[in-house]
Amino acid sequence: MADTLMELRNVDKFFGSTKALKDVSMSVQPGKILCLLGDNGAGKSTLIKVLSGYHQPTNGQIVFEGQETRFSGPREARQRGIATVHQNVGSIPLMSVGRNFFLGAEPVTGRWPFRRIDTQKANAIAVEQMQKFGLTRVTNGDQLVGTMSGGERQVLAIGRAMYFGAKMLILDEPTSALGVKEASIVLKMMRIARQNGAGIVFITHNARHAMSVGDDFCVLIQGEVAARFKRNEKSREDVLNLMAGGEDMTELEDDLEQID
Amino acid sequence: MKNFVRRPEAGAFAAFLLTYLFFLAATPGTGFVSINGTAGWLNLAAELGIVAIPVGLLMISGEFDLSIGSTVGASSMILALGTNQFGAPTWPMIGLALMAGAAIGLANGMAVVKTKLPSFIVTLATNFIVIGATMGISRLIANVTSASIFASDSAKLAFATRLGQANISILWWVLVAYIGYRILSKSTFGNWIYATGGNEDAARAAGVPVERVKIMLFVATGVCAALVGILQGVQWNSGNSTYGMGYVFQAPIVVVIGGVLLTGGYGSVIGIVLGTALFGVISSGIFYTGWNTDWIQLFLGLLLALAVLANNYVRRLALTAS
Ligand SMILES: Nc1ncnc2c1ncn2[C@@H]1O[C@H](COP(=O)(O)OP(=O)(O)OP(=O)(O)O)[C@@H](O)[C@H]1O
Ligand SMILES: [Mg+2]
Repeated sequence: MADTLMELRNVDKFFGSTKALKDVSMSVQPGKILCLLGDNGAGKSTLIKVLSGYHQPTNGQIVFEGQETRFSGPREARQRGIATVHQNVGSIPLMSVGRNFFLGAEPVTGRWPFRRIDTQKANAIAVEQMQKFGLTRVTNGDQLVGTMSGGERQVLAIGRAMYFGAKMLILDEPTSALGVKEASIVLKMMRIARQNGAGIVFITHNARHAMSVGDDFCVLIQGEVAARFKRNEKSREDVLNLMAGGEDMTELEDDLEQID
Repeated sequence: MKNFVRRPEAGAFAAFLLTYLFFLAATPGTGFVSINGTAGWLNLAAELGIVAIPVGLLMISGEFDLSIGSTVGASSMILALGTNQFGAPTWPMIGLALMAGAAIGLANGMAVVKTKLPSFIVTLATNFIVIGATMGISRLIANVTSASIFASDSAKLAFATRLGQANISILWWVLVAYIGYRILSKSTFGNWIYATGGNEDAARAAGVPVERVKIMLFVATGVCAALVGILQGVQWNSGNSTYGMGYVFQAPIVVVIGGVLLTGGYGSVIGIVLGTALFGVISSGIFYTGWNTDWIQLFLGLLLALAVLANNYVRRLALTAS
């Protein structure tokens, strides 16, 4: 697998005596969606923090684009093309779509002291990017982000990461707070990002969301990889049984059709 | 129209218009609307307006500065003791006063960013420290807490010129407001100000240097407060440690009346200017009605209460899809 984007080899992460991750090995492929499943406290958040440079592993190696790497922090990881999108942080409700999209990397026009943000350009690109990812309802870049739904904000955040050259997207429970319709917007977008060659790590509690888009699956239990399998290798029931406490077993059946 | 109502300055604009019309009707034939009358309320607004702009930007970024009052006084005393006690030339002392303002702002900013304490408390402490230090040091040096200023002619031209009834402070206000507008609405830094106040974690995650944004705004506030100290000192030919104490709360009040959210993240320079103008109109208008000027406080208090309610409403309106 020469084109593996990122690989963890036998990674441990200990917090004092708490062993949050134990001997975790996994790999992220470009153009593939890796679903990370696990119950509360299984170590999912810790694992993404290791992937995104926030934590250094206690033991083991991170290999990024074929080279063993130690990220000095989230900033370095971001610069190398690893984008993390959290469930609720990432957008500023009282700012426009265009200004949110380009926050921290604003396009400017004119000469000093009259240099100013190129609002037209920012708005046009933001709207275009979101449309590219299947969001057609937002057509005005001046619209405040606070007027958009939770799913639309996820699309904004993911579209933004892709536009700024992310090779790897880490999505921390992007669908868990969303209704069925909203979740489907985000899942659709993940498919488009995958087509564009991004390697995606999709963290979720929700087996049906995972099954609808995932290529590879990794189930964490108490910090250890309990199972690893590919699309269609396991049934939904198996997956649910693997994750301790498959609460929404029944909901699963009726909602799944609506998503696909 | 609907889009206008959603703008942060909508409430201030309506309030300004209504108040102006009210005094227009209440003071017939008194010259309130004459050129001199207009210069009168603009004079009252101008110096407050110069500090209100950076205070407003700071509030949009989510922080307060209550130390402006003592900075105004300190700056005027630096100019007074320098030109009077030490016979120093005016312009270098003006430079020193501005630098002192910047230093106070820098200290505020560093303290707020490092301690993560509410800036409300930090700058309230600074306010007492600075006025105490100004008085103490002035007494040590010259055994006074106020002193005459001997300004050069060029300094008088820049800070104390009058055109008819209008003070040159009005021009300084326009200049500061214009710069504030360019920064807040047009520049990258302005985008960062909104982001810092709107969602600090998200701003930081997007690479906005949140701490630097705040520190720079504290410094700008200190410099503008020092500028007001210089303006007042040169106009009145004296420095006084207690100059500017009225601004401590007037500035945040006109900022909020101007539509800036107390929680940060929303507001505009045009709104702040309108809020300040409203203050000028009330203060001067009351005088023309012949009523007791005590009513000014009542008016301002009511407006502030109304503004806070209206701002919340405008914010909710802004967040409903158009
Ligand atoms: N900084 C830390 N210091 C000490 N212990 C920690 C720290 N971060 C996580 N842990 C512990 O590591 C374990 C795994 O936590 P983690 O947050 O990764 O789980 P999770 O799978 O994300 O759970 P959830 O689904 O609730 O988000 C937990 O026992 C947690 O208490
Ligand atoms: Mg978690």
